[in-house]
Amino acid sequence: MNKEAAQELMLKMADDALIYGHRLSEWTGIGPILEEDIAFSSISQDKVGHAWQLYQLLEEDFGMPGPDQLGFGRKENEYKCCRLNELYTRDYAFALIRHFLMDHAEFIRYSLLRASSYEALAQLAKKVRGEIKYHVLHADTWVKKLGAATEESHSRMQAALNEAFPYALGIFEPGPLEQELIDTGIFIGEERLQSEWLDEIRPIIEESGLQLPATTDAAMGGRSGNHSSDLADLLEEMSEVLRSDPGANW
Amino acid sequence: MYGGGYIPGQENEKPDQFQEDPVKLKEFEDRIARGEKIEPHDWMPRGYRKQLIRMIEQHAHSEIIGALPEGTWITRAPGFRRKMALIAKVQDEVGHGQLLYNAAETLGKSREEMMADLLSGKSKYSNVFNYPAKTWADVAVIGFLIDAAAIVNQVANSKGSYGPYCRALERICYEESFHLKQGHDAFVALATGTKKQRAMLQDAVNRWYRPIIHFFGPPDVASVHTEKLMRWKVKMMSNDAMRNQYLSSYVPKVRELGIDFPDPNLRKNADGTWSFSDPDWDEFKRVIKGDGPCNKERLAVRKWVETEHRWIREALFNPNAKYTLPLS
Repeated sequence: MNKEAAQELMLKMADDALIYGHRLSEWTGIGPILEEDIAFSSISQDKVGHAWQLYQLLEEDFGMPGPDQLGFGRKENEYKCCRLNELYTRDYAFALIRHFLMDHAEFIRYSLLRASSYEALAQLAKKVRGEIKYHVLHADTWVKKLGAATEESHSRMQAALNEAFPYALGIFEPGPLEQELIDTGIFIGEERLQSEWLDEIRPIIEESGLQLPATTDAAMGGRSGNHSSDLADLLEEMSEVLRSDPGANW
Repeated sequence: MYGGGYIPGQENEKPDQFQEDPVKLKEFEDRIARGEKIEPHDWMPRGYRKQLIRMIEQHAHSEIIGALPEGTWITRAPGFRRKMALIAKVQDEVGHGQLLYNAAETLGKSREEMMADLLSGKSKYSNVFNYPAKTWADVAVIGFLIDAAAIVNQVANSKGSYGPYCRALERICYEESFHLKQGHDAFVALATGTKKQRAMLQDAVNRWYRPIIHFFGPPDVASVHTEKLMRWKVKMMSNDAMRNQYLSSYVPKVRELGIDFPDPNLRKNADGTWSFSDPDWDEFKRVIKGDGPCNKERLAVRKWVETEHRWIREALFNPNAKYTLPLS
């Protein structure tokens, strides 16, 4: 197995899960209705938990620092999350569209990883996939509900989709070791993932009365550590307490 | 959390002139005396229904408002363990709100009406959430000491007479026992941590001491109204009895960690009751009336939630909304 390639893949997956989970958790206590408040909290816990498991594997198998150090203690340009996840949450329509676009990609990614040549990752993927299945069901339910219900809900959802879509294309930005991942059978590759993803989301978007943006411009950069200032703000907040007394046990 | 033992408004209650059917009333009171539960379709006196709606509604509001001071620390929680635990904990509180609104709805008041009364200031919630959570240590104090106070109140109320409320409370108490562990664990980590962490914790305890004394409400005054509520098993324990039980359990737990309360007169008497300095009950009344440190902020957040998301509720009520199968 190519260790460096596996590490690259897992780090971006872990960063995605943590930053996305963090964004979802911002709804806890202020969700649009109580049931959605609870749902977003639940999904965010799963995501933060996925990040934790991936960081743990990175520590165990590759000798990287532990989850708290990796998750809370790196510099902004060391994070490899895609830019979609770091964007501050505009409103609920945006949160929902991001959830829809991201979780479909996650579900397919983890489904494909069940066949990974890296056994520990394949095992983890089986477990995580079972949880993401419900995240996708949740996202689909709400996108279908709000896509065409009223003029306002439609225009809000379409506007969110238009804004988020180029960032969603950035999910599939290949890393420097992409070819090694494919050659060694660790992962089938971002290109294949993107094409399966488009096949999945297109009919749901159409069924919801929304239009898939025609653009192919992807907001890249996240996978190589080039982020918007939104990530810097997020990380500063996330590590505020830890930084206030470095080395303390919390 | 978070009932709060005290139900604002009950002491100002004018005597209800409405005369209940004496036969039905006796039958009702006999059932309660036998330990039976009253269910939504059973006959119940007007005063019973009114008092229960007020109590359960305020309890529900306390849950969702109570999610706010802790919720703001989710994005700053130090490390994975604390972050995941805090999201789960606050999620539970919102879930308790949902359970309680459902229980109150069985008495005839809709969730929308309750929410409107919360936003207009007509309905109250526990005073304790009108104080700010300034540091991470506040999260530990709330999770340990405020949740513990709520448990004393909720365990007592779960033995009450109204079936739907009791069943909701049983589940709530079960979850609260985990919250208490979570809060205690965070509290101990700070109490046994660095000098800075201990100072932060002591400062938080100092600030929360008065709201904690206020939590169970003013000292008991005997009244016909209270006597009736206790006979109907709406109110299960007096304010002082709950406060004494709480202080007996938790003051030693805090002191054994080398943290103390900012009151030289806080002590247990030979008869098991507790003495403490005058906690300024006028402040308590001012906060109930809306003039606490965070009343405006808390309601502003809930108003934002309602106005910002009106389009979603409207969309859900629209027949064009595609019907989708339940998830499981």
